[in-house]
Amino acid sequence: MSYEEKNTWAFGVIAVVGYGIYWCILLPLIAQTPIPETPYVLPMIGTIVGAIVAGIFTGIGLGIFSRDRTKADQRDKEITRFGEQIGSSFIVLGGLGALVLAWVDADTFWIANVLYLGFVLSAVLSVIARLVAYGRGLHAW
Amino acid sequence: MVKPTQVTNTIRAHRFAHGEMTQADLAERVGVTRQTVIAIEQGRYSPSLEMAFQIARVFGRQLDEVFQYTAE
Repeated sequence: MSYEEKNTWAFGVIAVVGYGIYWCILLPLIAQTPIPETPYVLPMIGTIVGAIVAGIFTGIGLGIFSRDRTKADQRDKEITRFGEQIGSSFIVLGGLGALVLAWVDADTFWIANVLYLGFVLSAVLSVIARLVAYGRGLHAW
Repeated sequence: MVKPTQVTNTIRAHRFAHGEMTQADLAERVGVTRQTVIAIEQGRYSPSLEMAFQIARVFGRQLDEVFQYTAE
């Protein structure tokens, strides 16, 4: 498994774990306070920043222990682009969902969470598409 | 999801004809990862035209001696 493929796995795991941690922190808070007053901002920022930091350190760690290090070749770049194309659909859906919620004056809690969910689903779908491309192949011709 | 390629290749045979060149050696000379060479050999990845020329050049062959197109 190449460095880029390992990094893709790590990216997917971090995205899912980060989102899981967010809800583990949020659910007890929701149980105590009404949803519009739930202090979701800090847990959201914390898990997003935490996921970014974890991604950076995991990338460095994998780079140290991988023989091919950070060498991303043409195939890796094409697979990354393919994954991003697939994943971007959920960014659009998340944005549309947030737009609709803004139109109906929904609470910012819901708007922010729909956007966050869109980002996470986009990342997960992108990772799945990339892993399938690594496993089954990608044909340029 | 991914349409199987109709471009086949004889990289493996050329590697063995060139002093049993390893996939890692070929990867190094073309500037890609070993996994990419494996994927090309197994028909799981069609390289760009430029990469295909680079691979053929490593073996001192013409492009169509290394890569073949099998029409339906």
